[in-house]
Amino acid sequence: MTLLQLTSLRKHYGAVAALDGVGLSVAAGSRTAIVGPSGCGKTTLLRLVAGFDQPDAGSIVFGGRVLVDGAFQVPAHKRGIGIVSQDGCLFPHLTVAQNIGFGMEAERAVKEASAAELMDMVGLDRAMLSRKPDQLSGGQQQRVALARALARKPRLMLLDEPFSALDTGLRAATRKAVTDVLTAAGITTLLVTHDQAEALAFADQVAVMRAGRFAQVGSPREVYSRPVDPATAAFLGEAIVLPAAVAGGRAESPLGVLPVDDAAYRGSAEIMLRPEQISVTGGGGNGVSGTIAEISFCGPTSDVRIALGGTDISIRLDIPSREALAAGDQVTIGVSGKAHLFRQ
Amino acid sequence: MLLGSSMSSIAETSVPVVPRRLPAASSWTLTIAVAVALAALLPLGFVLWATVATGWETAFQLIFRQRVGDLMVNTVLLVVFTIPVCAMLAVSLAWLTERSDLPGARLWSWLAVAPLAVPAFVHSYAWIGLWPGLHGLSGGVAISVVAYFPFLYLPVSAAFRLLDPALEDQAASLGLAPFAVFRRVVLPQLRLALCGGALLIGLHLLAEYGLYAMIRFDTFTTAILDQFQSTYNGVAAHMLALVLVLCCFVLLGLEAGLRGRRRYARLGPGVARRPKITKLGRWKYFCLLLPLVVAAFSLGIPALTLGRWLIAGGAGIWRMDEIGLALWQTLVICLIGGIATTAAAVPIAWLSVRRPTRASRFLEGCYYLASSMPGVVVALALVTVTVRVMLPLYQTVATIVLAYVVMFLPRALVSLRASIAQVPVELEQAAASLGRSPGNALWATTVRLAAPGAAAGVALASLGIMNELTATQMLAPNGTRTLAMAFWALTGEIDYAGAAPYALLMVVFSMPLTWLLYSQSKKIAGR
Ligand SMILES: Nc1ncnc2c1ncn2[C@@H]1O[C@H](COP(=O)(O)OP(=O)(O)OP(=O)(O)O)[C@@H](O)[C@H]1O
Ligand SMILES: [Mg+2]
Repeated sequence: MTLLQLTSLRKHYGAVAALDGVGLSVAAGSRTAIVGPSGCGKTTLLRLVAGFDQPDAGSIVFGGRVLVDGAFQVPAHKRGIGIVSQDGCLFPHLTVAQNIGFGMEAERAVKEASAAELMDMVGLDRAMLSRKPDQLSGGQQQRVALARALARKPRLMLLDEPFSALDTGLRAATRKAVTDVLTAAGITTLLVTHDQAEALAFADQVAVMRAGRFAQVGSPREVYSRPVDPATAAFLGEAIVLPAAVAGGRAESPLGVLPVDDAAYRGSAEIMLRPEQISVTGGGGNGVSGTIAEISFCGPTSDVRIALGGTDISIRLDIPSREALAAGDQVTIGVSGKAHLFRQ
Repeated sequence: MLLGSSMSSIAETSVPVVPRRLPAASSWTLTIAVAVALAALLPLGFVLWATVATGWETAFQLIFRQRVGDLMVNTVLLVVFTIPVCAMLAVSLAWLTERSDLPGARLWSWLAVAPLAVPAFVHSYAWIGLWPGLHGLSGGVAISVVAYFPFLYLPVSAAFRLLDPALEDQAASLGLAPFAVFRRVVLPQLRLALCGGALLIGLHLLAEYGLYAMIRFDTFTTAILDQFQSTYNGVAAHMLALVLVLCCFVLLGLEAGLRGRRRYARLGPGVARRPKITKLGRWKYFCLLLPLVVAAFSLGIPALTLGRWLIAGGAGIWRMDEIGLALWQTLVICLIGGIATTAAAVPIAWLSVRRPTRASRFLEGCYYLASSMPGVVVALALVTVTVRVMLPLYQTVATIVLAYVVMFLPRALVSLRASIAQVPVELEQAAASLGRSPGNALWATTVRLAAPGAAAGVALASLGIMNELTATQMLAPNGTRTLAMAFWALTGEIDYAGAAPYALLMVVFSMPLTWLLYSQSKKIAGR
């Protein structure tokens, strides 16, 4: 069942088109991630859904109710959509307990009791309830902000890069905690991020955004292994893109003849491989041979550029670090799985 | 992450290295700062001394009597009516000029500050020019509101600019209707500005003489001055001063209690979004009425009355010799007073930026406390002390300048602090490493570079001095006749036309200084 339906949303700031016709449907109980480079319009989209800004055109339907259509607009406070923003946005003049109880309509005692429960839920110590927000760490502020939004039991939760202010370790832990809480509560979630790994790990559905449009919407596996174009492919992770002549599900490429995921296409095209499909071995063996043109050591992996034999094409990828390899060495390149074909 | 850590390492290297031991420059500065603080606290000490010297019995009789009760009622009513009206006016105007699409918002914003260029007693003069029968509490409240609401408008509009609109959005997403958002999120964040502005107005209400004397509304200040002029310097005046000072303490205590403990700094990284501008739609013209009416009363009435008297008086009222002399004397005294005040503020400004310690914070508190004493008390104290202890200083420029330093030091302090904070401490250290003595290094770097702030400090103190009447009247050397004094003497003789040129000159000279105040408050708010 569709909970949220966005149709051709447009929003201009002066000459800048922040959103240029965005459509999306979000199933009830699902987790959707919107991922895209900085400035592509992610925050703008969330603000429209939350009701903080008005779109120039397009409609938003939420749970069967029209929120926005043309000039018609349901104000933010009547939407019942929770939002946790990048910096938490706690009210600085209120304590943690008052922040969590802010949107609840209940007696004081009830508010306090549920604030304490919510603190448990987001994994914070109840002793913090009497603190002011500026006495909390960034990660704790994020969790309080989540508890505050959860207190109203919204059907949809919007998360605008809620983890970007945290350092790497805390980030994964907080993301896990938040995901668990939201899943347990059965709340549909829309997460905005510019971190592709976060998006792929978090979501059932990933929407890749570029310059105010969705380039692709699909499951994490689908957008990762079958991106619509090279730019999307590169955004979601390292990609090796090669020219090829394709016929009957096979591509003749600088890496040899490879199976592709499109049996019908004939002609020349670009194909893509993910680095994990490629194995590099020293000396002879089965596969295409190449020469290490450059290598730089980065700890567990090394960043290498390999000039492919017989062509002027070279590929760049990270391989597990090995003592033996050095610039100028001959290597053999093996490929597993199918290559992805970009139809032109 | 990388950016973050490299930024923080940059930040670490630029953190000023504060030496553990106070070098010579600091101890000298501290000594001077303490000396200035002691001088500033003289009026308070005087009131204490006067109370003790009067004796409990006499003091009791002089304080608990009908007259003092009446004055107390007047004072309390004045404060209780004026401040809330000012607050509502200031918040509405600030919201309209900062947060709505009111046509000409910038102009209205400046017009809401401009009344500060008109001395309070000139407001009074303008009103009774239109309504000669005006007197008593209602008149006092009405004129006080138009004369003083900018003191609330300035900080409140600055606070509006600093509010993070994301908090309001957040509150809406938590189910609050717009008015509830205003009440539960916006107003609490304006509290600091509201309390500070209200305190400033309250202290002015207690200290003002000319405004209330002209409409025959008795407050402690007018009563003390009457006493002073009739019986010179009696015990009765001292006891009234004691009560007045206690009133000031009540206001200070109230403000400290209501203000709350901390500033509401924005949490989180990045810069706040631009605040959302509310579209007034068809309410636009209705809303325009408010700033229009306020400007009509606070600027229109002074302009109208002044214009009328200037036209009625014709060329005859421009006695250039007298006016020229008064103008010259005013400018000289403003300049001397302004420079002295700023110079006196330098040590504490430097200490509070460069060596912030408990002691420097305490000293700063002393200056603020001292400056919140009404001019009449300061003057009374200095008169008593000079007459009793240092007669040669009685009614000299030195004494009156000391009074100005006590009264206006915080104005200079605020601008100085801001500009010293912008001069990197490394420059001072570099100068020292090039062989300058500490005092010399300070002079060659920080003082030079903080000069614009110092100039602003001089200007703001001068603005206060130009429009000061109470202490000036009581302390000015014989033969002195500043613009304010001449204006006051002429209105005392009911020569309203003759007083008009003096009022005009005061307004004309105050305008640019008020503009400075306005743009400074904009700068502090960052936009
Ligand atoms: N209030 C505004 N006025 C003018 N332009 C704006 C405004 N808000 C956003 N924009 C522009 O709209 C575009 C999209 O902005 P948005 O904040 O949605 O980006 P984002 O995808 O959230 O980026 P980030 O990942 O950096 O947060 C940007 O080009 C931005 O400059
Ligand atoms: Mg954003």
